[in-house]
Amino acid sequence: MSVRVFIPADSSAISVGADAVARAIVAEAQTRAADAAIVRTGSRGLFWLEPLVEVEIPDGRVGYGPVKPQDVPSLFDADFLNGRPHSKSLGRIEDIPYLARQQRLVFARCGVTDPLSLDDYRRHGGLRGLERALQMDPSALVEEVIASGLRGRGGAGFPTGIKWRTAAGAHADQKYVVCNADEGDSGTFADRMLMEGDPFLLIEGMAIAGVAVGATMGYVYIRSEYPHAFDVFSRAIERARAAGLLGPKILGSDHAFDLEARLGAGAYICGEETSLLESLEGKRGQVRAKPPLPAISGLFGKPTVINNVLSLASVPWILEHGAKAYADYGMGRSRGTQPFQLAGNVRFGGLIELAFGATIRDLVEDFGGGTRSGRPIRAVQVGGPLGAYFPESLLDTPLDYEAMIAARGMLGHGGVVVFDDAVDMARQARFAFEFCAKESCGKCTPCRIGSIRGAEMVEKVIAGGERQKNVELLRDLCEVMTDGSLCALGGLTPLPVLSALDHFGEDFAKPPARAAAE
Amino acid sequence: MAARAAFDADLAKNIIDRKRSLPGAALPILHDLQHQFGYIDDAAIALVAEALNISKAEALGVVSFYHDFCRQPVDGKQLKLCRAESCQSMGCEELVAHLEARHGIKVDEARPGAALHVETVYCLGNCALSPAALFDREPVGRLDRAAVDAIVARAKGQTQ
Repeated sequence: MSVRVFIPADSSAISVGADAVARAIVAEAQTRAADAAIVRTGSRGLFWLEPLVEVEIPDGRVGYGPVKPQDVPSLFDADFLNGRPHSKSLGRIEDIPYLARQQRLVFARCGVTDPLSLDDYRRHGGLRGLERALQMDPSALVEEVIASGLRGRGGAGFPTGIKWRTAAGAHADQKYVVCNADEGDSGTFADRMLMEGDPFLLIEGMAIAGVAVGATMGYVYIRSEYPHAFDVFSRAIERARAAGLLGPKILGSDHAFDLEARLGAGAYICGEETSLLESLEGKRGQVRAKPPLPAISGLFGKPTVINNVLSLASVPWILEHGAKAYADYGMGRSRGTQPFQLAGNVRFGGLIELAFGATIRDLVEDFGGGTRSGRPIRAVQVGGPLGAYFPESLLDTPLDYEAMIAARGMLGHGGVVVFDDAVDMARQARFAFEFCAKESCGKCTPCRIGSIRGAEMVEKVIAGGERQKNVELLRDLCEVMTDGSLCALGGLTPLPVLSALDHFGEDFAKPPARAAAE
Repeated sequence: MAARAAFDADLAKNIIDRKRSLPGAALPILHDLQHQFGYIDDAAIALVAEALNISKAEALGVVSFYHDFCRQPVDGKQLKLCRAESCQSMGCEELVAHLEARHGIKVDEARPGAALHVETVYCLGNCALSPAALFDREPVGRLDRAAVDAIVARAKGQTQ
């Protein structure tokens, strides 16, 4: 029987040469008449090891990485097909501490299976959640999700099951399930990894949502910056339909559910749920005033459950193992696990799924190993471009929804970006406003005008002169944006700005000469 | 990419007809037009408006809202360079400066006859391997000056 060799086809892995490595291994195996079967998988999320090649031996799967195409002949020389040592050996993959210390519920299969093989998906526990859901009364299904404590992983942290209950209770001839896969926050890539690495999990989660609320159609809105994820996910939908997982009788039941993937068009604001719905309807992605809630009047005016990729992908596990098993993970009102994403200037960046409650320091130091540049950590931004910058003194803040808010930050979609001491925090504050200005939908004045005014104000503060007065005005502007904006873009842009001012005030007070010389 | 084809109203109509009956068809149609012609011609905006029974003003509003849709053809291969926070922490702005100093390429500035145009993008979801880019849909991670030079050479058709 041929030896199975696993090489990720995840776009991050491809970005550092996974395709070239796969080609080199195929060619070398042919030359040597070695009996190797290549399986392209998702990524394990240990990105500093990519391209990470795994070989299945009786003991389990052993890894080699990062592999370059020129390493391939020596891997064969070392007999890597039998798991023998090589300078790139990593040992048994599951023993690597970075992976062994995680609690992978959502990402259990990612990097392990062939993402487009439904048989592989089933063999590794897939579809058990949906099978159980189809035996249940839909209202019991909704209650199970509520009991799990699952909250929206897109950033807002609203209880997922409550959204479902509202949509389930609405009466309409048509309801929808919409998946928000417009993962625009810098430092986040979990949705992308999942759609590329385990797309059937998201399909299963959406089907469960459809059954729970009585929706027969779903849309997945994927950002256009993720062309690879869009392709893989679209193919997964076709296979799911061909296998009867989607269609008029899902898994042979009386429930109908179908899916369509839609491509965004380069607009950060479309990650905001009402703006996303506008975009799906073919309009400018402008934010809608709430109420009405999408669960009452959403896509095309119909009751719509709109959830993030990770929220929906958590549901199959909850249904398979029960709400209590899920709620046993976590702390306080943050139950279950969060796939954190460690990025930026960090040695060991990657996907780290952990129960809520780990601290920022656990991630950036224990997992991340400090900065990639080797310089001291100066700031850590949590929660994307609308999240706060934390100084070293606050790195022991736990990563949970409430603790982050208490520290005047937010968890967001779980992205953690590390900066070394070369960062200029006044520039980062200005960038927060500039980004908001570029991506504002223009519907409300605090965001549309405030963002541009904010960038100008930071510029004035940096230039010096009447500093105290300008800082006061800047804080006042932040208050107006926080209180007066229609959605989180204008409403949360002050978070990174104020955190920079509060924790890194010295960067705003540079002598003008030095600031100008930079 | 099939881009840079001259605008052809009949072809545009065919493209529009393929998807006009989809619910919320505007974005799928505009993506197809952008892919076919490399930009959205003014004449195409009128055709989309007619097919979807919306006003030309509304169709133009949709086209102009999204960064992906261009109103003019753009020469050269496309490099989407991420300039969001994670890539900032790994020096993407130095690469922006390098592109201009070494290659005379200004980011977000289309030049007629150029072999490469570089566009700012905010996040490609490759943040653990920052700085990141997409070169004609091919993901590139851990970008540095040498990698940028190689991409410019490839765009110019030089082997590297």
